[in-house]
Amino acid sequence: MLAQSNERHEQPVSRRNFLKNTGMVLGGLVVGGVAGSLLRKPEAPQQPGATPAPTADYNQALMYFSPEQFKVVEAACERIFPEDEIGPGAKTLGAAYFIDHQLAGDWGFNARDYMQGPFFPGEATQGYQGRLKRREIFDIGIQELNNYSNSTQQKRFHELAAEQQDAVLKAFETDEVKLTTISASAFFKMLRASTLEGVYSDPLYGGNKNMDGWKMKNYPGNQMAYTQVIEKDEFVKMAPLSLRDHQH
Amino acid sequence: MAKKLPKVDVVIVGVGWGGGIIASELTKQGLTVVGLERGKERKTEDYFMVHDELRYALRYEMMQDLSKETITFRSKTSVRALPMRSYGSFLIGTGLGGSGVHWNGQTFRFLPYDFEIRSKTVERYGEKKIPDGMTIQDWGITYEQLEPYFDKFEKTAGIAGEENPLGGKRSSPYPVPPMKSTPSMKMFAEATKKKSLHPYMMPSANLSQAYTNPDGVARAACQYCGYCERFGCEYGAKADPVVTVIPVAKKTGKFEIRTHSHVRRILHTGKKATGVLYTDVTTGEEIEQPADIVVMTSYVFSNTRLLLMSNLGKPYDPATGKGVIGKNYAYQVIRGGAVGFFDNKEFNNYAGAGALGICLDDFNGDNFDHKDLNFIHGANISLSQTGQRPIANNKVPEGTPSWGKEFKAASIKYANRILSVGAQGACMPYRHHFLDLDPTYKDAFGDPLMRITFDFEEQDRQLAAYCADKCGEIVKEMGAAEKLEINRKLGPYDITPYQSTHNTGGVIMGTSPDTSAVNNYLQMWDAENVFVVGASAFPHNSGYNPTGTMGALSYRAAEGILKYRQSGGGLLV
Repeated sequence: MLAQSNERHEQPVSRRNFLKNTGMVLGGLVVGGVAGSLLRKPEAPQQPGATPAPTADYNQALMYFSPEQFKVVEAACERIFPEDEIGPGAKTLGAAYFIDHQLAGDWGFNARDYMQGPFFPGEATQGYQGRLKRREIFDIGIQELNNYSNSTQQKRFHELAAEQQDAVLKAFETDEVKLTTISASAFFKMLRASTLEGVYSDPLYGGNKNMDGWKMKNYPGNQMAYTQVIEKDEFVKMAPLSLRDHQH
Repeated sequence: MAKKLPKVDVVIVGVGWGGGIIASELTKQGLTVVGLERGKERKTEDYFMVHDELRYALRYEMMQDLSKETITFRSKTSVRALPMRSYGSFLIGTGLGGSGVHWNGQTFRFLPYDFEIRSKTVERYGEKKIPDGMTIQDWGITYEQLEPYFDKFEKTAGIAGEENPLGGKRSSPYPVPPMKSTPSMKMFAEATKKKSLHPYMMPSANLSQAYTNPDGVARAACQYCGYCERFGCEYGAKADPVVTVIPVAKKTGKFEIRTHSHVRRILHTGKKATGVLYTDVTTGEEIEQPADIVVMTSYVFSNTRLLLMSNLGKPYDPATGKGVIGKNYAYQVIRGGAVGFFDNKEFNNYAGAGALGICLDDFNGDNFDHKDLNFIHGANISLSQTGQRPIANNKVPEGTPSWGKEFKAASIKYANRILSVGAQGACMPYRHHFLDLDPTYKDAFGDPLMRITFDFEEQDRQLAAYCADKCGEIVKEMGAAEKLEINRKLGPYDITPYQSTHNTGGVIMGTSPDTSAVNNYLQMWDAENVFVVGASAFPHNSGYNPTGTMGALSYRAAEGILKYRQSGGGLLV
């Protein structure tokens, strides 16, 4: 495990035990029933941070991308957050699956964004003013990554060597690639941001596989309390917990 | 034809801090109150799965659905205002508790200087200190007058803190002792004391210990889990309206909350409101709720927009400076700050609480001499430990690429080796910064969106650069930072990066109907039975988070409403 250290391991506090031990008695008015709902299930708490036995990951199938699109996105994510001596890269962490799943839902459809017209180009300080949804921007961006790779290297993006892929991504990042429908740099920015989301969001979304993104960063994930840590001078490492540990 | 309901004593538009405080105070005195909330019910149990950075912090789980309503923005009147299509600069809350649920809990009192800003600035520096176009004005109330209401809000919410050595005089200490102090906060304290500055623990609505407030509401202590801002608190340890004032109002049996009820017009005849018209968003039905008193307790934008759409009060005209509704929109100058990268020390940055921090006011308000400076006011300077979550926390030293192998190594290395000292700058109003109705863009009901016309001024740039240098000196004194970056430059106001949900003004308070919309009880000059509660009443924004002052003003307004009710009518001032 990446986060193993020689330091004393803080025993993560199980949520149910935490609430039992603090004896949180809500006197006077009742201010909410979180205690009640948490104490509902009497079963023994599971081993904190226990990793389930490896099984097939049924989450790793495509909801939106074609297999060809997926290859491009997976290769690009890996260049943004590559595997190295520190630990796994975006590919192993499942970031491309994460992006695929996100584009299939609300986020991909800009469901909670204001998408009504009229549409006018604005100043940079006014933010995105296009009519395209994120999934459409990805469709175009992926195609353009292939087009640019084909025109400069006669290969598709995912077939290029790592350094060549970097050069293509750099050309998008700096708007050296001129596109008519979308902004190359804005697409790159979205790709970079969603790669990091895929690396570091809770594993329930399909990325950050096995919490290895968190382990690299010494991020403890979903812990109930840091009252024992907050005043400590030394850095306290602990095995991360995910939201799954909360539910099961 | 709208369905007409039986009349009630008071109808409240929006049930957040303002609405909750008004409801609790009025129902305790026997008034019947209906609270109309456009969003959904919220309760502590909702936050079982709250430690989810993607869902809450990046996908804005608790915020207003922008597909239904947003704002439009332009830097000046010659530019076409365009809609804020996705979230960025600020986040608009919705649902029971409003923005009071997803806040951090940093609960300051504005300075005595703030409430008399024009008089005190002129008195010390002369009329010429105020640049042309800057429309600062006294608030029509002094700190001393407002002090009992600050005290009341702090006791209701259970604010943890210690006395601000440079703040206004207090009638009693904070009801709860300060939060725990972390190693980085101790470094800040030592460094700033060495520089003869006056650090104090940030006043916090995250309880440092179990607390029962004067209304008998008992809450548990904060666990420093690091999920406050943009999240709800699963412990009820962070004071929010749902775990403080709303249950008190409900317990009286006099408070009825209707969620999914979007108020679209204030109805009025002559100089009085008769009630409100709202849409039940689950059925689309239009409903009229008559009331003796209408209290508007929504966010800045909704308070202002609803008045303009209802033709209540005189709309502000930037060309003449006349009119009041929409006047003195202000924000927060939040860019000045300094970051230290520590190669040889790690901090438990993942742990924290929204209002866990230490700060100072040596460079806030008029606590320092501005004679040779090209700005007024200043900033609260702080080091806070709110809990660094992994998606948003990827800062790398300048010159490091923003992706690839080097980025990965640096972002991981520094995740727990960064300390920031930031300045929360005050924002002065200008004649040409205002709110009005957008002529083009509509919400889901076909009503016009709120339009913001705003930009940063030279005042803001000077303030940011000055305070950034002060932050830099503090980080330097804290020692051991191998790399120090000082962010002095404040560009044009940009709606895309998150800055602060501290929007203020639009329905400002003051001493005269010519220059303000409400008096110092937040009662409308132009409609005596309408009270407009919120940071919309601030004539300018101070170098602090607004909720403490907004809470105090809400208690003041509640008292005014009761007085108005007892006296049988008329303006209170």
